[in-house]
Amino acid sequence: MSNLRTIDVALIRDTVADLCGQADLLLPADVRRALEQGLAAEESPVGKEILTRLLENADIAAAESMPICQDCGLAVVFLDVGQDLHLIGGDLVTAVNEGVRRGYERHYLRKSVCHPFTRANTGDNTPAVVHARIVPGDKVHLWVVPKGGGSENMSKVFLVTPAQGLPGVKERVLETVEAAGPNPCPPIILGVAIGSTFDDACLRAKRTLLRELGSVNPDPEAAALESELLTMVNNTGIGPAGLGGRVTCLGVFVDIKPCHIASLPLAVNVQCHAARHKEAVL
Amino acid sequence: MSRTFRLTPPLNDADTTALKIGDRVLITGTIYTGRDAAHKRIVEALQNGQEPPFPLKGAVIYYVGSSPAPPGRVIGAAGPTTSYRMDSYTPTMLQLGLKAMIGKGKRGEEVKAAMAQHKAVYLGAIGGAGALMARAIVEAEVIAYPELGPEAVRRLVVKDMPLVCVNDVHGGDLYLEGRRDYQR
Ligand code: SF4
Repeated sequence: MSNLRTIDVALIRDTVADLCGQADLLLPADVRRALEQGLAAEESPVGKEILTRLLENADIAAAESMPICQDCGLAVVFLDVGQDLHLIGGDLVTAVNEGVRRGYERHYLRKSVCHPFTRANTGDNTPAVVHARIVPGDKVHLWVVPKGGGSENMSKVFLVTPAQGLPGVKERVLETVEAAGPNPCPPIILGVAIGSTFDDACLRAKRTLLRELGSVNPDPEAAALESELLTMVNNTGIGPAGLGGRVTCLGVFVDIKPCHIASLPLAVNVQCHAARHKEAVL
Repeated sequence: MSRTFRLTPPLNDADTTALKIGDRVLITGTIYTGRDAAHKRIVEALQNGQEPPFPLKGAVIYYVGSSPAPPGRVIGAAGPTTSYRMDSYTPTMLQLGLKAMIGKGKRGEEVKAAMAQHKAVYLGAIGGAGALMARAIVEAEVIAYPELGPEAVRRLVVKDMPLVCVNDVHGGDLYLEGRRDYQR
């Protein structure tokens, strides 16, 4: 097959390195917009002040090439690899990890990965979490999502019983937000995946966080649940930084998929306002 | 309107007792950093009869693991980390004179009781505002456990570090009170 498109994994490595820097230093445009809208909607004076400071923080980070947040995250890398493409030059996952290693070093990002028991830091922010899937086409679409520990720690997975149904799902989402309170740096974003299996629900919950804030969900059932959950979460009054206010959540992303007749899996991935994600198509 | 207090460590009982939840606090002077890994080492050192890496009496500790300092900077981004991870070590530190903790997120009941007992306060910094918080830091130096990397204990000199009193010595908790008016 001579007409197969080829990409050297070295290009993927270098792109990952660049995206790590961009993600940690530059607040995405959709998040900035959401914070500005939040500032306009917020009723609490303290809440307004926090949101103003967060916008100011993003400006300082961009102007001074400083990370938005000192927790530069565990690098989660999503790759959609076209099935008509041939990757050459070595192992893909090794290349992604090398990109993370270089990006975190070059951009003065905090290395936040350690052994689970000894807590010894791996020193280079690897291993990254790599989710690759095969898609139609001959391109590579990749996203770098540095995920902070504070918000990840507040995430939850539930195996709801089918009898508890949709009301049970809503209750669990709210329970997750209540338990988290001020800990995950509100205003938060929620990735909510319902259905399928335990593992797939968790992955989809994280993948929904790649969506643009303010985008409309093409699934009307999910779209309706998104707006209902958003209202419920904002009615907790937790507010910016958890100090009280009307803007607890900037957006809810819901993904619904069929599941086993015995199950109703639910995964809630909590994302902080430092919702860093940068993408590239090669 | 909330009141603003300017404090310079080491702090005493009068400094902390004056504070009420919601008060703004601007700290200028020397503070120390420590996250869970450092707390574990400090408490182990104390249990073995060794000296802590910095004098605890009147001290202010900042729960932070900063990002590396870019060239020409004293420190990288330096916002607070989530405080509950330090809870199991905190009562011991308070007993030995720690007066204020800076972080983000809820504290446990045991910590709140120990704060009231030892007249210590918990001050909130804005979570995720690492670039902004770094502006208040004028000096930074690793003083213990360098092998912990971002979790090493640092001595920081800060100027007008902007904080808010979240837990006071009177049992107040801004995380519980603050949301009341906005709950529907
Ligand atoms: S939860 Fe997010 S904003 Fe808060 S400290 Fe962690 S990474 Fe930063």
